[in-house]
Amino acid sequence: MGSSPGGRRAPAGGWRTATVTAVDRPTPRGVRLRLDVADRIDHLPGQHYVVRLTAEDGYRAQRSYSVASPPGDPQVELFVERLEDGEVSGYLADVVEPGDVLEVRGPIGGWFVWDGGSPALLVGGGSGVVPLVAMLRTAHDLGRSDLLRLAVAARTRALLPYADELAGSGALLALSREPNGIRRAGRLVAEDLVPLWEPGQTAYVCGSASFAEAASQLLVGLGVPAPDIRVERFGPSGTSG
Amino acid sequence: MTGPTRGFLGRRRERDPRLPPGQYDTGADWPVLTAEPTPRIAPETWSITVDGRVANPTTWTWDEVHRLPGSEYRGDIHCVTTWSKFDTHFAGVSVDTLLEAAGPAPEAAFVMATAKTGYTTNLPLADVTGGRAWLVWEFGGEPLPIEHGGPVRLLVPHLYFWKSAKWVTRLTLLQRDQPGFWEQNGYHDRGDPWREQRYQGD
Repeated sequence: MGSSPGGRRAPAGGWRTATVTAVDRPTPRGVRLRLDVADRIDHLPGQHYVVRLTAEDGYRAQRSYSVASPPGDPQVELFVERLEDGEVSGYLADVVEPGDVLEVRGPIGGWFVWDGGSPALLVGGGSGVVPLVAMLRTAHDLGRSDLLRLAVAARTRALLPYADELAGSGALLALSREPNGIRRAGRLVAEDLVPLWEPGQTAYVCGSASFAEAASQLLVGLGVPAPDIRVERFGPSGTSG
Repeated sequence: MTGPTRGFLGRRRERDPRLPPGQYDTGADWPVLTAEPTPRIAPETWSITVDGRVANPTTWTWDEVHRLPGSEYRGDIHCVTTWSKFDTHFAGVSVDTLLEAAGPAPEAAFVMATAKTGYTTNLPLADVTGGRAWLVWEFGGEPLPIEHGGPVRLLVPHLYFWKSAKWVTRLTLLQRDQPGFWEQNGYHDRGDPWREQRYQGD
């Protein structure tokens, strides 16, 4: 792969203070946080923030979470999936309330970003759809929704973050445990992607390590040049998402 | 320095001294974090080249690199995404062995590691010499899995793991530092976990 599309990105800068303005739980294990970030740097769709928690005794833990909001949104929206035994995700999912203050750092990442002006195929699994939602919303704000094609996967629609928004924008929903009306239950397969792929697209693949690996190999199998595929993987130990 | 986060207790009250600041023990897991599709590289088509500011630019095939004196690493590894993995065991060849053959020029001060995928990462030459860096093809006595960089990856365990380029095929010695892939994308030029050098400006 080469350099990032827009050249060098601004550094993440230092830690900032974010005030939680809204919390809701759209999926059984997912929490959506809306944040007011002091002096925030505009992000690009696809970038992430680090959230850092500090205990009374000074112990700290930090994790990265993708941003779902477009750059034009006055607030930063994060979607966090509560992982089993997740130290940070458990706190964000179960303890945080509006009015709480969190330390954040970002935006971070200059590779898994969409420039807003070129065609892209977005492929997300589970909470891996979050950065793709930022791209989708950005395209909407720019009046360029025509540039994006989406395929998203989850076990069931109820477990898919932003399911209504994604389905409403024409995303293909591959649900492995239930039919979705036009498609039988089953994992994402090559024939799901064939009608979405066009030469000239950059492909953005985001999800768990196993999903990202499977989806990126499907694309390679379809003839998508490897340099045109950008991958964001979540580690199995809750390194992201 | 800000105060505590309301209601956050933290999980680990006993902090393992092997954990650099901001890291946690990932246990038996080994998360896979790469930005590109995993390339399938047959060992017989793989080679490693050391070039740039050297007296003898040299390329070794899979068979040739295996005939070099072997070297192992036993110890911990640390990823910028905050996981650390204790007591790993890698086997391959010391980067010192390759450099000895290639003969670094006096002005060589940095290294750019390049992967088969085009991924790059930059390092001070001093960070890959003196028994601190390896090319490895075995993990835990087994061939290095492709998702972890097999057949051969760079291993620089005292720095964050994005410096340990997977699928490495080239080490280019440079007089001046140049940012690699993540370093162009906001990450720190050196990446010392004990100084928590995660992003530019740390």
